[in-house]
Amino acid sequence: MSNDAKFDQYRRRFLGSAATAVTGLAVAPGVMLHQVAHARSADQPVSSDVRWGMLIDTNKCGKGCNACVSACNEEHGLSGHGRPESDAQWIRKVELRDRQTGNTQSLPLLCQHCEKPPCVDVCPTGASFKRADGIVLVDKHICIGCRYCMMACPYKARSFIHEDLQDQLPHAPRGKGTVESCTFCVHRVDNGGTPACVEACTAENHNAMVFGDMNDPDSEISQQLEKYSSRQIRADLQLNTGVRYRGI
Amino acid sequence: MKSAIQYREIDGGMRFYALLGFIGLFVLAGLGAAYYMEHNGHWVTGMTNQIVWGTPHVFAVFLIVAASGALNVASISSVFGKMPYKPLARLSGLLAITLLVGGLAVLVLDLGRPDRLIVAMTYYNFKSIFAWNIILYIGFIGIVAIYLWMMMERKMNGYTKPAGFFAFIWRLILTTGTGSIFGFLVARQGFDAAVMAPMFIIMSFSFGLAIFILVLMAACKWSDRPLGDGIVMKLKNLLGVFIGAVLYFVLVYHLTNLYITEHHGFERFVLLDGGVYTRLFWIVQIGLGSLLPLALLYLPATGKSRSWISVASLLVIIGGLAQIYVIIIGGQAYPMELFPGKEVSSTFFDGVVASYSPSLPEVILGIGGIGLALAATVVGVRVLRFLPTSLADEVVDPHHSAEAAA
Repeated sequence: MSNDAKFDQYRRRFLGSAATAVTGLAVAPGVMLHQVAHARSADQPVSSDVRWGMLIDTNKCGKGCNACVSACNEEHGLSGHGRPESDAQWIRKVELRDRQTGNTQSLPLLCQHCEKPPCVDVCPTGASFKRADGIVLVDKHICIGCRYCMMACPYKARSFIHEDLQDQLPHAPRGKGTVESCTFCVHRVDNGGTPACVEACTAENHNAMVFGDMNDPDSEISQQLEKYSSRQIRADLQLNTGVRYRGI
Repeated sequence: MKSAIQYREIDGGMRFYALLGFIGLFVLAGLGAAYYMEHNGHWVTGMTNQIVWGTPHVFAVFLIVAASGALNVASISSVFGKMPYKPLARLSGLLAITLLVGGLAVLVLDLGRPDRLIVAMTYYNFKSIFAWNIILYIGFIGIVAIYLWMMMERKMNGYTKPAGFFAFIWRLILTTGTGSIFGFLVARQGFDAAVMAPMFIIMSFSFGLAIFILVLMAACKWSDRPLGDGIVMKLKNLLGVFIGAVLYFVLVYHLTNLYITEHHGFERFVLLDGGVYTRLFWIVQIGLGSLLPLALLYLPATGKSRSWISVASLLVIIGGLAQIYVIIIGGQAYPMELFPGKEVSSTFFDGVVASYSPSLPEVILGIGGIGLALAATVVGVRVLRFLPTSLADEVVDPHHSAEAAA
């Protein structure tokens, strides 16, 4: 091999490496930003690129375990007044027994954060609303307390505040005479965290609840949803719920 | 002979003030009940997170439905050109407005935040049937007020027919909206039926006319104005037809549900083993509120007696309240079918029939709404010329005796 040919070879190799490096430099920030996008900063608007969702595996959900409910009550200061019929419950454990087979199951039921929420449709003032990232919330400043959303919700997921409130928590403002429901712990999610119920379930080693971005194909929830069959409660209504169940 | 009809305000003597004072007590009690409920929060009522709409909504929906029906008498004269009803048209329009105001007052005072009424007026979600209804209700009051003006101002009389026609169309849309509050709710077994809208329209015909007959009889009696048998018989025959029509719609609603397996549980609940709801349906709505008044209105022994006609009208009102109670509260008491084929239990009363008993403040608020409607009517006929000086047969319909003889 002549010197010229050798030089040509080195040159090619150098140019190849340089091109790879330049490509890397150009693409890396994009990849980094994509990851950063999940932990949105406070001044960025919520984006519909994200759809927050929850997958609940009823086979893993412990019968008699109430950790998710307790965690939610503590997180949002839902202390109650010892009057279960009018006290607020954002998440509840439901026990099921098949009438034909006798098979029993246990699962947590909460706001299903529908893509097409009936509560948002019926709200006269627009206080019930859905964020671009799929979280369904109540604007307590314009809720007039008509309770039409509670009539419309197919999951009985909403509570009306029937009495005076004490010791409210700064991150979970509530209001007597207005309606409220599960927020997917929006105050945590906006800071890159997960809902309190999911954290409590994981701490109990049940791992029955997975939370994440259903639009991100690499998220754990998306991968599980793709791999295993799951169901929406009252799928017949075609509300495309953000909460999915396995094992029912 | 049209000029024979003279309208005059009722006299403002002791009787007027005594009546107004008496009705005013109910209005004050209603306001007190509303204050008590708002101050303490709704836990002092029978309402819960399971039964979110209670007795106030039964009264409010009843009054709103009856309001649109009370306008019927005016529509029959202006839209369908039946002259004998013309002298009654003004009272019909007045009652339509006052009943609606009474119903809306109850609805607003039961809100979790009645102080935010201005929010309801300034923030609109146009996909919400409630938001449409706010516009329909306010529009109704305005349109009927204009209609009354056309009727009462001689220079504007020529526009009575188009105004009446517009009010008639508006009231049909309004009651469709009220029925659709329930008809468009997919979540619950007892609602989610398109037949709700026409059923509410027919219910409005019946309830509104029953109230109209009672108010007309009382007004003529207490202001010593003659009221001929001819007009009373026309109204009572009409009431009979409306009661039958409501029964038909109730039958269609339940037959539809009975055919669809998914709704068998709910039908069993209402028709067979729903406790208070089953009793209210069969005994009060069907028995006392429909079949008995039909018999009273058509049996020769009672059909010509004004006392029995008043009793029948009162029974229609009681039956109507029971019907709306069964629709609104029974519809919520029956558990939602989230997991078909499974027995369900939870700390949030899933899978069980929700318990509800009306509390005193709720009932007083509802009656206060009726009081407000009646008080406004009494003031109305005192300050403006709503009532004819005579509704004697020969004044209302000069051909009456000739017809009767023929």
